[in-house]
Amino acid sequence: MAERPEDLNLPNAVITRIIKEALPDGVSISKEARSAISRAASVFVLYATSCANNFAMKGKRKTLNASDVLSAMEEMEFQRFVTPLKEALEAYRREQKGKKEASEQKKKDKDKKTDSEEQDKSRDEDNDEDEERLEEEEQNEEEEVDN
Amino acid sequence: MADVVMGKEKCGEQRLVSLPLSRIRVIMKSSPEVSSINQEALVLTAKATELFVQYLATYSYRHGSGKEKKALTYSDLSNTAEESETFQFLADILPKKILASKYLKTLKEKREEEEEEEENDNNDDESDDDEA
Repeated sequence: MAERPEDLNLPNAVITRIIKEALPDGVSISKEARSAISRAASVFVLYATSCANNFAMKGKRKTLNASDVLSAMEEMEFQRFVTPLKEALEAYRREQKGKKEASEQKKKDKDKKTDSEEQDKSRDEDNDEDEERLEEEEQNEEEEVDN
Repeated sequence: MADVVMGKEKCGEQRLVSLPLSRIRVIMKSSPEVSSINQEALVLTAKATELFVQYLATYSYRHGSGKEKKALTYSDLSNTAEESETFQFLADILPKKILASKYLKTLKEKREEEEEEEENDNNDDESDDDEA
């Protein structure tokens, strides 16, 4: 995949906002300074990635993971980032877990609905299917108990 | 994928990360030996980059000459890259700026020095012959 030069840059608006929030009120930032910080951020990503990749390779893994990134920060002498990063990771994991549970619940509800629709269908079919239908009903009752 | 972590959900959750994950990913993938990146690593790298931007800006401001003027300038940043060990890796992309006239003068002086040295070397060679 060919990257155009601008793809390796980060959006100016976001970078500017991060800088402004970090500096005291009323401090102005020259355009050159902003652009320099943006470039520096891209270089930082490359440096961090390369460093993290070394840790992944040491662990004989092909996929970069969270601990590789944390190790890279220490290696690059940005230990001060480690604690806030760990907190961010915890928050992210909680968020993901919450979403997973929410979508699993949705799926459960959807399955229940589908089952009852099937029951209506089978009533119109042969009586040979009566046994099957009975089993299904029992299953549904069990599910309700769990809930 | 990126939307979620950027906090575009309307339920009012605080943003975890402001930088776009898709862009961070492009930069990471441009690194030669990287095969794949797990989602958590991507999120952490984005977050680390934000922390880095904050750190670079505040450090440069505090140590820079722009402080009296309540401004952050390019030279504050290049000074940081040159003087701080932590930010040394930025030295190449944040070079110090000098006036073109100054640079040309330095070049000229350097050339003159080199010519002088060459002359001296030649003189030394001649005297060696005498000793033999």
